[in-house]
Amino acid sequence: MFQERTLDIFVLLILVIVPASAVVTDEPFTITLATRAVIFALAGVGLNLALGQGGLVSFGHAAFFGVGGYAMGILASHAQNYTPIMETPFLIEGTNSMPVIWLVAIVSSGLVALLVGALSLRTSGVYFIMVTLAFGQMFYYFTISWPAYGGEDGLSIYVRNQFPGLNTLDPIQFFGICFALLCIVLFLVDRLNKSPFGLALNGAHQNEERALTVGINVYRLRLVAFVISGAITGLAGALFADLNRFVSPTMFSWQISGEIMIFIILGGVARLFGPVVGAALFILLEHVLGGLSDYWFIYLGVILLAVVLFAKGGIIGKLAKREAGHGQ
Amino acid sequence: MNMLLLIEQILNGLQFGVMLFLMAAGLTLIFGVMGLINLAHGSLYMIGAFAAAAVAGWTGNFLLALIASMAAAAMIGALIELSVIRRLYDRDHLEQVLATFAMILIFSEGTRWVFGSFPLFLNIPDYLKGTVTLPGGIEYSLYRLTIIGIGLAVAVGLFLLISKTRVGMRIRAGENDREMIGALGVDISVLYTLVFALGAALAGLSGALVGAIQSVEVGMGEPVLILAFVVIVIGGIGSIKGALAGAVLVGLTDTLGRTMLPVVFGSFMDPSSATTVGSALASMLIYILMAGVLIFKPTGLFGGS
Amino acid sequence: MGNSILNVRDIRKSFGALAASDGISLDLHVGEIHALIGPNGAGKSTLIKQIAGGLKPDSGTVEFLGRNVTGMTTAARARMGLGRTFQISALAMDYTVLENAVLGAVGQSGAVFRFFKPAMKDAALLARARAALTRVGLEAQENTITAELSHGQRRQLEVAVALTLAPKAFLMDEPMAGMGAEGSKRLTGFLQELKQEAPILLVEHDMDAVFACADRISVLVYGKIIATGTVEEIRTNPDVRVAYLGEEGAA
Repeated sequence: MFQERTLDIFVLLILVIVPASAVVTDEPFTITLATRAVIFALAGVGLNLALGQGGLVSFGHAAFFGVGGYAMGILASHAQNYTPIMETPFLIEGTNSMPVIWLVAIVSSGLVALLVGALSLRTSGVYFIMVTLAFGQMFYYFTISWPAYGGEDGLSIYVRNQFPGLNTLDPIQFFGICFALLCIVLFLVDRLNKSPFGLALNGAHQNEERALTVGINVYRLRLVAFVISGAITGLAGALFADLNRFVSPTMFSWQISGEIMIFIILGGVARLFGPVVGAALFILLEHVLGGLSDYWFIYLGVILLAVVLFAKGGIIGKLAKREAGHGQ
Repeated sequence: MNMLLLIEQILNGLQFGVMLFLMAAGLTLIFGVMGLINLAHGSLYMIGAFAAAAVAGWTGNFLLALIASMAAAAMIGALIELSVIRRLYDRDHLEQVLATFAMILIFSEGTRWVFGSFPLFLNIPDYLKGTVTLPGGIEYSLYRLTIIGIGLAVAVGLFLLISKTRVGMRIRAGENDREMIGALGVDISVLYTLVFALGAALAGLSGALVGAIQSVEVGMGEPVLILAFVVIVIGGIGSIKGALAGAVLVGLTDTLGRTMLPVVFGSFMDPSSATTVGSALASMLIYILMAGVLIFKPTGLFGGS
Repeated sequence: MGNSILNVRDIRKSFGALAASDGISLDLHVGEIHALIGPNGAGKSTLIKQIAGGLKPDSGTVEFLGRNVTGMTTAARARMGLGRTFQISALAMDYTVLENAVLGAVGQSGAVFRFFKPAMKDAALLARARAALTRVGLEAQENTITAELSHGQRRQLEVAVALTLAPKAFLMDEPMAGMGAEGSKRLTGFLQELKQEAPILLVEHDMDAVFACADRISVLVYGKIIATGTVEEIRTNPDVRVAYLGEEGAA
């Protein structure tokens, strides 16, 4: 058994070493795989805040992933076509600046999470799962039937967006951007988990009645957590869109929500690095099993089933002892 | 918009609603009795459709195909209940969701592996083809009318089963109190398998009936599953009555929204943007309905407090 | 009502045909332990929920510290200083004892929406939490995971968490349940001390404990309070003997 922190650092090292060595051996595809893993990890870190810490089993996080993606798609497509997004009452232009796109993705997916959360959190348990799943599906159908941004076909962006001082088309540089964002978010989420907010969020997950009777407005607490969670997943969506230079309604599909959840369960629920390990493992499985068989989802299903039935706590749960709660 | 078209759309909405009811009834029964959220219910719908298409292909007999759809779904339902599902009753909802999600992956890819990626077709038998003339001179598809009939018959059957029979009494006892049913001396695990298989058979039947109107393909079950969830949220979980009311409401709202909203918007917009806005809004209408129910009655129209 | 902290006025609550609260009035004075007793199914927990905020009465009002709190949420009443302990321990079982106490301090201080500074390194929160733990005698267990505590220790922790709120009144649901004679006695002594700073509304099954520590007793039967008075008055009240004590064999 390892200390969880030791394992975390080890995971980050692997995530750096693999693409770095791929630069040496000139295998850009491996770098792209690593970038995908990092972006999926970020999406999972977002969901894990709601699901792991807050106990809010959201099956609709694809909505935020998709909103983040379309924030990028819409801004970049207007920049690409030199058409403004709107002219009245004031002019809004498209942009291909990554930081601006990220900010818009975070804000817009956060707002959508505020709306979805405000409604969904009126319910709990099984209802919450069904309601979030349904709202996710609503966005899917809406993007399909709204033709302005490609409808069912999606939107292609021909050039990757810009980041000051970097060549974002170089795979390793784009990987570096995504990896840095993941590290920043992991740091912030770690602080968040340990803050009074995190203590209250997890406390309300363990015993809602207790949280209420010490004067905590649990609804508002969970709503704020849900918004932060959605915003992080939205940022991941923007990066994913930039990686593929393409957005489509599939980003909103319920399978994406399920996959983000898989990252968490494979790695370990409520572990800071759970989604990171889970996403990396998912990409690895996709690559290895996908190479063996066209029907690799069968194997993924079997593995997932086995993890749920027999391996509580995911990979990190098997490898590391639990950190002693909040106090050290 | 003329009256005949409107009535036809209402019937279409009713047919859609009745199909959703077959899905939602099984889901809500399984949740009510066993406390399980089953995402793989959509897979059972798909299995029913594929079984029907395969049997219809071999025998050319539609009735046999329908029976096969129920038998296959019930059998596979019982099989997964015995092997996996019963390990999940005491688990939390997250684990139920993930395990049944894993089963979707297995069933979907397994079906793709056996039947390939191309859709299959299930033909409506000759004796159900064409239209009938309803009172008032409305021509309506005989097959869709048959679906409405089957759906309503199943609804009546379920009500009778639950309110009048011994099995139904046990189901109600199980919903109210899991220990009481043990005290009644009922072998609870047999009851659970039966309820699960019954829910599965309804899903399978629904898949086969719809499969003859649309195509039979992998992934057909999940959109219907999610709509059935909307139905349950609107109707209230664990309630067959709620499932029926919710299903008809969702069916009508969706179908009428799609035909009427573009027309409504057309009255004050130019036609092409009316179509765009109308159909985009129509695609969201049932979710907006669900949001409304969540605001005013979060436990659903027929749910307890 | 100068010395009344909590006033319940003519509360009614029905579930279908069953009137669980049938016009209940009750008050809690400064410095007293007011025990609420009654047979099972008398509507005690329904009443407690309406006082604490989990359930809204059909009619009637609840006043706390002179304010009408009938429409307020559980959390808002807690922030006003209504400390509560539960019959079945409501604690964050995966947290340490100290974390549970800090959780109480977080709620009390309104620090919930602080996102960056670690809660377990916040001197003010820790001081408040540790002070409460010391008062109930759990200071040595602060790093124990709550799930590993004994039954009696969990009860102590419940009280400690309520104490972090600096409550103006306590609402205690069967704090003696399952404590054993010795633990029960110690807790009784502690409650006598506690009531000086905040009065206690005590729901309790253990008649010996009630008669030993209550200043006043109210008897709830079928949703109605049939008598309120001192221990002696309740002991000798004929209605009470018939309705309640008769079954239990007067203590």
